[in-house]
Amino acid sequence: MPKNTFYRQLSIAVVAMFKRVSNFHKVYLLPFLLTPQLAFAELGLNLPEGVTSVSRDIYSLHMLIFWICVAIAVLVFGAMIWSMIFHRKSRGAVASNFHESTKIELAWTIIPFIILVLMAIPATKVMVALEKTDEADMTVKITGYQWKWQYEYLDNDVSFFSNLSEKNRKEMEDPEARAKAENYLLEVDNPLVLPVGKKIRFLMTSNDVIHSWWVRDFGVKQDANPGYINDAWATIEEPGTYRGQCTELCGKDHGFMPVVVVAKPQAEYDAWVVEQEAKQKAEAEAASQTKTEEELMVQGQKVYSGNCAACHGATGAGVPGVFPAITGSSIVNNPDTTDHINILLNGVAGSAMQAFGKQLNDGDIASVITYQRNALGNSEGTIVQPTDIKAAR
Amino acid sequence: MSTTTTDLQDEIEKTGGHDHHDDHHHGPEPGLLRWVKTTNHKDIGTLYIWFAFAMLLIGGAMAMVIRAELFQPGLQLVEPQFFNQMTTLHGLIMVFGAIMPAFVGLANWQIPLMIGAKDMALPRMNNWSFWILPFAGTMLLSTLFMQGGGPAFGWTFYAPLSTTFAPDSTDFFIFAVHMLGFSSIMGAINVIATILNMRAPDMKLMDMPLFVWTWLITAFLLIAAMPVLAGAVTMMLTDRNFGTSFFDAAGGGDPVMFQHIFWFFGHPEVYIMILPAFGVVSQIIPTFARKPLFGYSSMVYATAAIALLSFIVWGHHMFLVGMPIAGQLYFMYATILISVPTGVKVFNWVTTMWRGSMTFETPMLWAVAFVILFTIGGFSGLMLGIAPADIQYHDTYFVVAHFHYVLVTGALFSIIAAVFYWLPMWCGRMYNEKLAQIHFWWAVISVNILFFPQHFLGLAGMPRRIPDYSLQFADFNMISSIGGFAFGLSFIMLTYIIVDCIRNGEPVKGERAWESARGLEWTQGVKAEYHSFEEAPSRASILAESSHISQEGHH
Repeated sequence: MPKNTFYRQLSIAVVAMFKRVSNFHKVYLLPFLLTPQLAFAELGLNLPEGVTSVSRDIYSLHMLIFWICVAIAVLVFGAMIWSMIFHRKSRGAVASNFHESTKIELAWTIIPFIILVLMAIPATKVMVALEKTDEADMTVKITGYQWKWQYEYLDNDVSFFSNLSEKNRKEMEDPEARAKAENYLLEVDNPLVLPVGKKIRFLMTSNDVIHSWWVRDFGVKQDANPGYINDAWATIEEPGTYRGQCTELCGKDHGFMPVVVVAKPQAEYDAWVVEQEAKQKAEAEAASQTKTEEELMVQGQKVYSGNCAACHGATGAGVPGVFPAITGSSIVNNPDTTDHINILLNGVAGSAMQAFGKQLNDGDIASVITYQRNALGNSEGTIVQPTDIKAAR
Repeated sequence: MSTTTTDLQDEIEKTGGHDHHDDHHHGPEPGLLRWVKTTNHKDIGTLYIWFAFAMLLIGGAMAMVIRAELFQPGLQLVEPQFFNQMTTLHGLIMVFGAIMPAFVGLANWQIPLMIGAKDMALPRMNNWSFWILPFAGTMLLSTLFMQGGGPAFGWTFYAPLSTTFAPDSTDFFIFAVHMLGFSSIMGAINVIATILNMRAPDMKLMDMPLFVWTWLITAFLLIAAMPVLAGAVTMMLTDRNFGTSFFDAAGGGDPVMFQHIFWFFGHPEVYIMILPAFGVVSQIIPTFARKPLFGYSSMVYATAAIALLSFIVWGHHMFLVGMPIAGQLYFMYATILISVPTGVKVFNWVTTMWRGSMTFETPMLWAVAFVILFTIGGFSGLMLGIAPADIQYHDTYFVVAHFHYVLVTGALFSIIAAVFYWLPMWCGRMYNEKLAQIHFWWAVISVNILFFPQHFLGLAGMPRRIPDYSLQFADFNMISSIGGFAFGLSFIMLTYIIVDCIRNGEPVKGERAWESARGLEWTQGVKAEYHSFEEAPSRASILAESSHISQEGHH
């Protein structure tokens, strides 16, 4: 792995400096930090170096350009401040009358141009490096949904959704829990698990609007466009948990669809894949079995809060003019379940209602339909079983 | 017979080929209808500036809601959907309602005065282009009260969030954007027609003050860019209502095409908002440095170079949409190239100050703050232009910090500078210098507390447009919010200073407000007359009043 030693040296020096600045700031900003919940937070001032070659290259580039800017700023602002101090009328300064010099104009056109070329060379090298998505050891397809991520391991039979964790959701409601939260809004129920030391290719796409998948420590941020596929790559060098967020405004809960990646050594990762494959197979089998009303309602409540509540509201009230209410809905309260099942499976074209047929199994859809019909202020009475869903697919 | 003809010709020349008695001594029409019917460039300029100020306060109030929500982690005050409406409308109102109309207002007031013209070339259209604005603005704001709320997809309104997934009020938003575009295009046509046709006969293009030059170039940008925006929103309209699929992949369209179209408008748009600012600062610095502007012709060429480049760099807003590497490299090279002519401008301003005899009255303070803080925004812009590094900055608070440095401490600061600089000539009265300087320091300190920490937030990983955040972002958000509230409050003081000047200000002492100010605009009375330039200014007075031509050769 070739590295530019100059950038490495530069970045080490800069990190040391920023750590000192950061400590200084902690003292300086003390008055602002008296609130107990804030005292726990760390003051982040700069990008981390990250754990991939690309993220480190970007970091070095970032620092290089930063210091070039600082150098130019010192010169320009220095001249300006000098002038403002010494060339004041109150100090008796008499105005000169010079106002033109083609030589000077040429100089400060050509010199910046040369600096730009010097900046563009390393930038181009990094650009080429991060476009090399071929020869990957494995591929993960990432699909953005309003407002969760789906991860599909194209080399294995593993595929799952990743939602904001229940714990984080509770912390949103509870200020005390929030104050103690370690990773508020940055935890998910099912993290993306990846092996270290393997070249991983990510494919990004979206099911609805544009999202953007970002893990800072990997130097990976790529838009997920509906109908198109983008790619990026990373070779994670250290095991650990890496966090990120959606960075393209994707609607109401844009701020609540974090990315969590757990990087494991190869052996642990292999074991995890085997476990996941078995688990998902068992879940698929269980999904098709007929259930009691109580089982359906309990599961339905879980499915509802995970998939429906974001738009239709925890109580089913919806948002007038944007998201229809479940409570009192004519479709939900119609004894004929055809339309209700159809909407769940296929979505509503030209609206934010997704086709859940692709996302949820028969058991989940049957239970959430049953739940909607017999809770959230509705008491229609019909019980829908997984077999009904299977028949309608 | 021959003497009579000569007398008549003399008379015609003296009165500028116009019946002298028709409009001489005529002041404005009494009553409120004056403002509805007016075709006077000064009246219309005043209307534009007050409209922009009202919009600034409304957009600012929205910013206060945003900063209040972000004061602490947790959803404290507003729902996420409403938060998104605030960020969206804050951006739209500030760009289309505040900054652009304020510059058009300055153009209306100043351009005829600075080129020795009687008025704008197309006075009735001038009236129309202003009076569209209050209706467009009202329609845009009314969406907040509609079922489903106002636009909540960001001021960049990326499809399909703004088409398939948008609230019903979006069609009103589209219509409002059309009207705003209409107004801007008419304003731009008027500026071009005025500068090219109404200039004093003895004023060559390269005699024009830099504010006039920057506005001439800006007007061409407007005419080229605004129709593209109109195209984008029209495609949105048909996608939403008439079954087309321009931006819908399911129908064979492409959501990324929306971004190409939007930013083909959007990037020139950012220069539309900053070129006139360059012009303002280029007028103010020579006045208070008591020295001609350094490198006038290079300033003109640099402005034109920036304008041309602004049309070929739009892709730097889209480094992450999945462009091929050749596209990303091209847009990176073209983008960082803009820093060359922009740098030339900054160097010229600094050199204008160098070995001057400076005083720091309020307009100069704002102009100096502009040069320093806009340049900081330029540095972060250069960093953002480096495509691989943009991966880590894109759509984070680093970007938010960047464009607020160029638009608030850049464009807005230059507008405030311009108002303090020319207000004494507009109303013949002086503002309270002491209060104005206190206000300056209050604003300039608070605005940095507001926006500087946002660089750190972005680098620390906080995405933009989120209503709630992880605890590690808490400190800087709180600091930023405190700065935001202080900066917001400073506008109450600004309002007081301006109103106090207009109503109770001391009459301007001497012939002009600034002893060293040059420019034809200062020749029309201590308080500029309602009708200016009954006679076109002579070549001698054009040269004597030039702020960029050395006086030595002309006296």
